[in-house]
Amino acid sequence: MVEHAITLKEASIGYDGRSVLSGLNLTLPQGASLALVGSNGSGKSTLLKTLAGLLPTIKGSVEILGDKPGRQPLRISYHCQFHPNSFLLPLQSIDVVRMARFPVRGLLGRFTKEDENIVRESLAYMNALELSEKPVNALSGGQKQRVFLSHTLARKADLLLLDEPTAGLDVYGAELYEKLILRLKHEGKTLLVATHSIREASQCDYVLLLASRVVAFGTPAQVMTPANLLDTFGLVAQFSGTDLLIMDNHYRSDHA
Amino acid sequence: MLNAMAAGTLVAIACGIAGTFMVLRGLAFLGDALAHGVHPGVASALLWGFPGFVGASLSSLAMIAGITWVTKKSRLSADTAIGLLFVGMLALGVVIVSHSQSFSGDLVKVLFGQFLGISSFDLVIQSSVTLLLAVMAFVLRRPFLLLCFSEEQAQVSGYSAKLFHFLLLVMIAMTVIVSFQTVGTLLVFGMLLAPAATSTFLSRQLGSMMMIASGFGTLSVYAGLLLSYHFNLSAGGCVVLVAVGIFFIVFLFSQRSRQEHFHG
Repeated sequence: MVEHAITLKEASIGYDGRSVLSGLNLTLPQGASLALVGSNGSGKSTLLKTLAGLLPTIKGSVEILGDKPGRQPLRISYHCQFHPNSFLLPLQSIDVVRMARFPVRGLLGRFTKEDENIVRESLAYMNALELSEKPVNALSGGQKQRVFLSHTLARKADLLLLDEPTAGLDVYGAELYEKLILRLKHEGKTLLVATHSIREASQCDYVLLLASRVVAFGTPAQVMTPANLLDTFGLVAQFSGTDLLIMDNHYRSDHA
Repeated sequence: MLNAMAAGTLVAIACGIAGTFMVLRGLAFLGDALAHGVHPGVASALLWGFPGFVGASLSSLAMIAGITWVTKKSRLSADTAIGLLFVGMLALGVVIVSHSQSFSGDLVKVLFGQFLGISSFDLVIQSSVTLLLAVMAFVLRRPFLLLCFSEEQAQVSGYSAKLFHFLLLVMIAMTVIVSFQTVGTLLVFGMLLAPAATSTFLSRQLGSMMMIASGFGTLSVYAGLLLSYHFNLSAGGCVVLVAVGIFFIVFLFSQRSRQEHFHG
């Protein structure tokens, strides 16, 4: 039997027992990419945190790579939206990327040449090699984001959970990220990306539109209809294939 | 004097190890609270005649449990929970001390240490705990580092953020317990903080940060003891003053070299 990357059955997820999203049913095949799209507070990060094993499932069942969340640290990599300590951490950027290899080597296993190559390759992929020796607390927001994405890559995981990966990236950084996504898809990785960018979402195989409930799930062309976008964002808009053309920007108060 | 120098060196090494993690994880306030929170335990030990480190250990455990409980059960931030336990334990220490009339001499030793009163048995205990701290730091360095970077990344990497945060607190508490007899509960925090904070200006790697912190700590101990001996001043006070002085000298030099780098 083929193992699904993600399976949610009547799942309720949220914080401290309070549901943010309820009755979720979703199956994602391995090697597929899924964009989670919705306005702030719609449940995108909550879903990613639940899948990463950072939040317990309130009701129903959630499986990731055939197991409960949090059970397979070597196969899953998570890029979180915000690292509160990154403003203070005086450690070198390359050491932060090396940390991604810690679970692979365990508490006392020696780092190998392969680990070092993976770390450097990950930094090079986000054009962050020149930042290697700089302390994290001295980097700009966009530079930090490139280093943190390198950290996520260096795990060499089968499934990547990316929470707003392009936040803070400049045009060049966003271009690097687009190439990265294409490469990861080519390598057969499963990707879940929480994003506000319609362009980013349109590059994924599937889109899940969220507004504290599931608005729609399917391919970008199926899902990005004016009616669904109005329901998700409160915007009268049209999907052009890669971009969102906003026809009327009066934001509905019930989406606040 | 030899015992004092050996005890001071062991304090510097223990504080260099635990202090570096404390600074990287941003737990300075917690370190301060733990250092002061041992008072009721030590005062009770003096009152009822059991070893001071047993009382300090019980107090530290109560502090850690209290902070964890209040943070988890209330919606208060960790620093509010730490502050509440900090003043609560300090007040309890004051109440216990005020209960007895014969405390004043012993209390000064507890607060400011007794560098020159360290016995060979104390040194054996200190050496053993310092060795244990070094082994813990080596074995657990990876989860601790991940924790310093991000609790979420530690958790996703398969290391329980709660467990390793607790172990880090235990390491800081062990350092306080093993050091307070030498430098005193008021000043042990200075040895935890100042050399470790200084090392972050000079290194970007964990191992070298710890070595630099231990080195500066040891230098502070020797220079402080010399000052204390020649000018008949409090040994603990002199040691911590030197440690803080070194911090400001290195800080000013690092600022200057940053400016030169920026303009040059």
